[in-house]
Amino acid sequence: MEERKALIEVQGLRKFFPVKKGGFKKTYVQAVDNVSLTIQKGETLGLVGESGCGKTTLGRTILRLYEPTAGKIIYDGTDITKGKMLPYRRKMQIIFQDPSASLDPRMTVGEIVGEAIDIHHLASNKNERRELIEDLLDKVGLNTEHSNRYPHEFSGGQQQRIGIARALAVRPEFIVCDEPISALDVSIQSQIVNMLEDMQTEQGLTYLFIAHDLSVVRHISNRIGVMYLGNLVELASSYELNKHPLHPYSKTLLSAVPVPDPRVSRERKRIVLEGDVPSPINPPAGCRFHTRCPYATPRCSESTPELREVESGHFVACHLV
Amino acid sequence: MEEKKTKLLEVKDLRVSFFTPAGEVKAVGGISYDLNDGEVMGIVGESGSGKSVEAYSIIGLLQSPGKVVGGSILFEGENVLEFSEQRMRNFRGNEVSMIFQNPMTCLNPVYTIGNQLIEALRCHNAEVTHKEAYDRAREMLELVGIHDSARRMKQYPHELSGGMRQRVMIAMGLICSPKLLIADEPTTALDVTIQAQILELMKDIRQKTGMAIIFITHNLGVVADICDKISVMYAGKIVEQGSVDEIFYNPSHPYTKGLLRSMPRVDAEQYERLIPIEGTPVDMLNPPEGCPFGPRCEHCMKVCLKHNPPNISISDGHTAACWLLSMPKKEGE
Repeated sequence: MEERKALIEVQGLRKFFPVKKGGFKKTYVQAVDNVSLTIQKGETLGLVGESGCGKTTLGRTILRLYEPTAGKIIYDGTDITKGKMLPYRRKMQIIFQDPSASLDPRMTVGEIVGEAIDIHHLASNKNERRELIEDLLDKVGLNTEHSNRYPHEFSGGQQQRIGIARALAVRPEFIVCDEPISALDVSIQSQIVNMLEDMQTEQGLTYLFIAHDLSVVRHISNRIGVMYLGNLVELASSYELNKHPLHPYSKTLLSAVPVPDPRVSRERKRIVLEGDVPSPINPPAGCRFHTRCPYATPRCSESTPELREVESGHFVACHLV
Repeated sequence: MEEKKTKLLEVKDLRVSFFTPAGEVKAVGGISYDLNDGEVMGIVGESGSGKSVEAYSIIGLLQSPGKVVGGSILFEGENVLEFSEQRMRNFRGNEVSMIFQNPMTCLNPVYTIGNQLIEALRCHNAEVTHKEAYDRAREMLELVGIHDSARRMKQYPHELSGGMRQRVMIAMGLICSPKLLIADEPTTALDVTIQAQILELMKDIRQKTGMAIIFITHNLGVVADICDKISVMYAGKIVEQGSVDEIFYNPSHPYTKGLLRSMPRVDAEQYERLIPIEGTPVDMLNPPEGCPFGPRCEHCMKVCLKHNPPNISISDGHTAACWLLSMPKKEGE
C-alpha cells in the first residue's frame, strides 16, 4: 500500500430500477442511492450488507453492467459514466457468485478463457493464444489439459477457478469480486481466498470484494464499506471497523456474525435487531436505518445523515456519532 | 440442565446407499451416535458429506434411489427403521419434526400460513378441534416471535420475508411439541442479522421446551453458538465427535483441525494468511480406499490409503477416527 492513488472514484452514484405497477405513477427500486467512495490503487475494498442492500448493484454499476441513473464514475482520472466501455472492459473485470451459472455450458474452458483474448486482440497468433490460455489455467491451479473440457465436468471450486482465469485473461487492473466464495464448500473457500490474494500481490490488482460473510471480508480487505438499503453507512479501515464500529448497523452486523469459538460466543452479547429490512421501493424517510435502530431519535426520521469523516479515514453516516 | 439424562436417540452403524445408474453411492457409511433428552447436537460437514441424508433417514423421508442398507436407529428404544407406514406418520411431527434450509419451497404457496399450521396439528391429532388448533397456531407464532399473529395467520407465504418464513417453519415444526427437532441448515439461506435472530430464537425455545435438536450445518460459527456436542462428517463417516469445547479446543482429526484453521475469524487480532485444506472433496462414486480423508491429509501414511481407521477414544465422549491417534505420540506434537 505504498502509493495512495485513487483508481476508482464514485460520486453520488444512483441506480434506480423501474417497477411495473398499475396506474400512471412510476415507481422505482432505489437499489443504490447517493453512494460516493474511492478505491485506491492496489487495495481491496470490501462491501458488506444484507441481501438487497445494493452491494451487488453498486459493483455492477461501477462496471457499467447497469447504466447509472445519476452520479459519476471516474476511472483513473477519466470519466467513464458515458461513452464507450470497450477499452475499459480490458481493465475492469468481474468474478461472479455462482460459477456454474456464469460459464457458458456449451463452450470449452479454453474457449471461455480465450474469448476475451480474441475480443481484445491480445494474441497475435494461435500459438500465442494457446500459451496464454495454458498459462492462465496454470496460474489458477488447473491442468492445461482441462482447456478442452466443458464447465459441467468440474467441481464448484474448479468452476470458480475457471471464472477467475476468465477474468484475469485480459490482464485487468480492477476486479469486482461479487461473492466469489459464497457458493463454495468451507474447505474450498480458503483456497480461493488465498489464490485471490496471491494474484493481487503478483499483478498489483485492485479488488472490490463484495460478500455478506464479514469474517472473510475482514480477512481480505484493507478497507470495508457497510451498506444498508442502498446507502453507504460506514466506511473505515478493516481494523477500525472491527474494533470501533460507529454506526449502530455496523455494530449489529458485527455482533451477528457467529464466531467459531464456543467460549467467546457464550460470553458475547448479541445485538438482535427487530424486524426485517424495509422495502427499497419505498425506503423510510430520513436515516434509512431508523426503523430498526435501537437508538433512533426523532431527528433520524426527519433528516438524512450525510457520510462524514469522524476520524481520519473513518466515515460514518449517523446523526448520533 | 444437568439432570439425569435419558437416551432419546441412538444411531448404530447406520448405512445409507443411493443406487444410481452409475453405481452404488455410499452416502452414509456406518455412523453411530447417541443423543440425550434435551441435548443439541451439531452435525458439521461439507456438501455431499451425507449429513442431510443421515437426518432424512431418521425421519423416514429418504427418497428412492436412496435406501438404508444397514444399522439401526433407536428412538426411545424403538427401531425407527421397522416402523409401519402408519406408525411412521404418527412418529413424524408428533415425536420428531424437521425444518429445512429453504423455507420458501417448504411452505405451500396457495394456502395461508394459518391454514398450514392448523393442518399440521390436526393431521397428527385428529381429536383437536379447529378452534383449538387455531389458538395453538397463534400461540406458536407468538412463541417464534411473530407478534401480530391474527393478521399473519391470514397471510400467504409470499407475503412474508425469508426470516419470517423460517419462523413459520419452526412454528410448524414445534406445533405438535416433538421431542426431537431436526434442523437442516435452517439459517444458511438467511442474512447474518436474521440468522442471529433465528439462533437466539432456537436457543430460547430450547430453554422453554427442553427438546433435543439436531442441527445440521456447514458453518462452524453457528455450531459453536448453539450446540452441546458436535459430530464432524466427511464422506459419509463421522470422523470426529465430542463436546463443543473438545472439538474446538482439542480437535484431534486432521480434517477438523484443517477446517478450524482454514476459517478467517472475525475477532482475529492481526492479519494471518489462511491455511486451506488442499485438494477437492471426495467423489462419492469412487471413494478412495482406506481413510476417505487420506488423499487430502497432510499426515497421510501408507496404512491410511489401505485400511479404514478405527474409532479412537480421546476422552470421555470424544472420539476420532484416525490412524495417527493409534500411534504413540511423537515429541513436539
